[in-house]
Amino acid sequence: MTTYFNEMFDAGKVRAPYARLEDWTKAMPAELREMKQAEAEALFRRIGITFAVYGEGGDPDRLIPFDMFPRVFTALEWARLERGIKQRAKALNAFLVDVYGRGEIVRAGRIPGRLVYQNAAFEKAVVGFIPPKGVYSHIVGIDLVRTGPDDFFVLEDNCRTPSGVSYMLENREIMMRMFPDLFRENRIEPVDSYPEKLRRTLASVAPAKCHHEPTVVILTPGHFNSAYYEHSFLADLMGVELVEGQDLFVEGEFVWMRTTEGPKRVDVIYRRIDDAYIDPLCFRPDSMLGIPGLMDVYRSGGVSICSAPGAGVADDKAVYTYVPDMIRFYLGEEPILKNVPTWQCAKGDDCKYVLEHLGELVVKEVHGSGGYGMLVGPKSTKEQIEAFRARVVADPSNYIAQPTLALSTTPTFVDEGIAPRHVDLRPYCLVGERVELVPGGLTRVALKEGSLVVNSSQGGGVKDTWVLAE
Amino acid sequence: MLSRTADNLYWIARYMERAETMARLLEVGSRISLLPSVHGYRSEWDSLLQASGTAIGFDKKYGEAVQRNIESYLFFDHDNPSSVASCIVSARENARIVRTALTTQVWDALNTAFQELRQLERTPRSQLELSRLTEWTMRHAAMVRGAIDATLLRNDGYDFLNLGYYLERSDNTARLMDVKYYVLLPRVEFVGSGLDNYQWTTLLRAMSSHRAFHWAYGGEVTARKIADFLILNPQCPRSLITCVEGITGHLARLERLYKRSSPAQGKAQALHDGLNRVTVEDIFDEGLHEFLTRFILDVAALGGMVHENYLSGDLR
Repeated sequence: MTTYFNEMFDAGKVRAPYARLEDWTKAMPAELREMKQAEAEALFRRIGITFAVYGEGGDPDRLIPFDMFPRVFTALEWARLERGIKQRAKALNAFLVDVYGRGEIVRAGRIPGRLVYQNAAFEKAVVGFIPPKGVYSHIVGIDLVRTGPDDFFVLEDNCRTPSGVSYMLENREIMMRMFPDLFRENRIEPVDSYPEKLRRTLASVAPAKCHHEPTVVILTPGHFNSAYYEHSFLADLMGVELVEGQDLFVEGEFVWMRTTEGPKRVDVIYRRIDDAYIDPLCFRPDSMLGIPGLMDVYRSGGVSICSAPGAGVADDKAVYTYVPDMIRFYLGEEPILKNVPTWQCAKGDDCKYVLEHLGELVVKEVHGSGGYGMLVGPKSTKEQIEAFRARVVADPSNYIAQPTLALSTTPTFVDEGIAPRHVDLRPYCLVGERVELVPGGLTRVALKEGSLVVNSSQGGGVKDTWVLAE
Repeated sequence: MLSRTADNLYWIARYMERAETMARLLEVGSRISLLPSVHGYRSEWDSLLQASGTAIGFDKKYGEAVQRNIESYLFFDHDNPSSVASCIVSARENARIVRTALTTQVWDALNTAFQELRQLERTPRSQLELSRLTEWTMRHAAMVRGAIDATLLRNDGYDFLNLGYYLERSDNTARLMDVKYYVLLPRVEFVGSGLDNYQWTTLLRAMSSHRAFHWAYGGEVTARKIADFLILNPQCPRSLITCVEGITGHLARLERLYKRSSPAQGKAQALHDGLNRVTVEDIFDEGLHEFLTRFILDVAALGGMVHENYLSGDLR
């Protein structure tokens, strides 16, 4: 029987960061809790934060369940996380500049060239191009799990366009509105500077040919996208236009947007569209979402694209294994955050081990995301395991495996009262002229008892995440 | 502002106004149908479909024009792009796309209408009186309008919303008046009869202008007075001249803001001048139906120019 680290109760005692929350829950009768929960849901619905799940059909206006029990870190815990996250974000960006340049890390034999250059996410179109300030990934979302008081593991890196930051901000907004007393009693670091920091980060990577205050836009695939709410939310808080591909066009050396007063030049595009779709002339010719000619303007320094095309090669699950090596190679430092030990089924020995231990491991597709296409061995039936075995055998290089981690739990409101549920954490690191992150992130919680899958598409919820001031 | 954003705002307004008109049309129809039926009339309900421009779609789907089917088609049917339900869904979807250009209050008003519509659609039809449906629609249209007036920034977005409202309203007022034409089409001798006046009064009621009309004119209700009220009186909030004045006003505001004029402005001004010159006698000499048909086409052309000049994004 695995024991899980409970972030509130350690050996029967309440851990320091949660001290004041114990009184709070004791003072809250069930009726009040239900009332507050309903109030929170109504607020979310009114604001319009909903989440469409691909391939599930059903209510397109579904809400991600919000759990009112906050997750808390002390200033000390956070300081260490922050150092580790920034370190990782810097190394990932150094790696990207390197592999699209001279490829020193490959020449040095620290990472196999095959993994980089034959990677589906490796973008030949940007080889030799160094984006402004040498930044490829401007928003790095790093998924972390915890297994003990000081044990944090990085589950995966998201270098392209990590989503969910709107929940970090809205969860806080709603908690402050519903429980102002809690915020008076606990000294909680604010997170609401994120949109301004994001805007500054984007403006700081304006292209070479921009000699004025840069015009920043967010490029969305459109209002049918499941993350559309987040796109419009960020545009609103940053005070920038939210555009679709059809609103932009290339003329001369620049990108322009169509306005009621005529064309207006665009300097920085924060795109929430995959590489494959941003320019039909350069990538998928059938893309209706992109802007023909965008890549030419990009490569000639007429516009910045965030994250830069090609950034995906750094957050590939097979490349992930080498991030600690990247940190040592580029920064000359020891990694502060640990990687989860990973078996790559592409390697014969690893694959053999994985197939023999499917029942104990978590097996994932190299390019999968959102909790789809994965196997959680200990939580699966014999049939599910055998079905998955066939898939791994058929295409070993498409899979990696990791031990099933004893994910920490935090107290969570459930029908029966309060019970521990497993959580993870996604902080958002901003990389531009500076590297910074706001004290907080998105805590996702597996609401089903015993479940280790926190993805919202698989019945996960979200929590407000607190970092206490010193 | 992004042309697409302007376009979304413009359509929010057009759809909300159209939803309200559909509800008003239903009310006119139900009131006219309460009259004893006289031989020789075309079906009153049919006239309603003709006036709303939905006759062909209805005929394909339902065939016979009876009240319940008409209610379904004009209120609930998502196959009918002009039904109240379709309009509210479209208005809310346009709003969702441009959330950032709206205040919370405006979004709230639109979203609430949408959520309540969902509930209405789940309610058994036997529990839904027509009057309840029309009142419901007008109440929500008013709430959206109120939220816009009370909370929205007076920038170009506000102008595009209002252009949508006024263009749609001018078209709709003309169409509502045209219902009269379809009802009375075969029997010219009814003009001026008691029945005729009853129908005109019903039209006023449907426009919520019954009292206003009496304050403005007093005395006998005549076709001439009503036409004057709904076409030429700038005091009437739904009259054609009020709408056209609104359009020229908002186009002029855009000219000041953008420091450039547009062909749409010239067209709107010409329409305005035309209404200023004409008298109610001229209108009846030309034929009310002919006058209204011409006006509806003019407004459609003006709408096309507004699209071309501001909303299409083709401006260079």
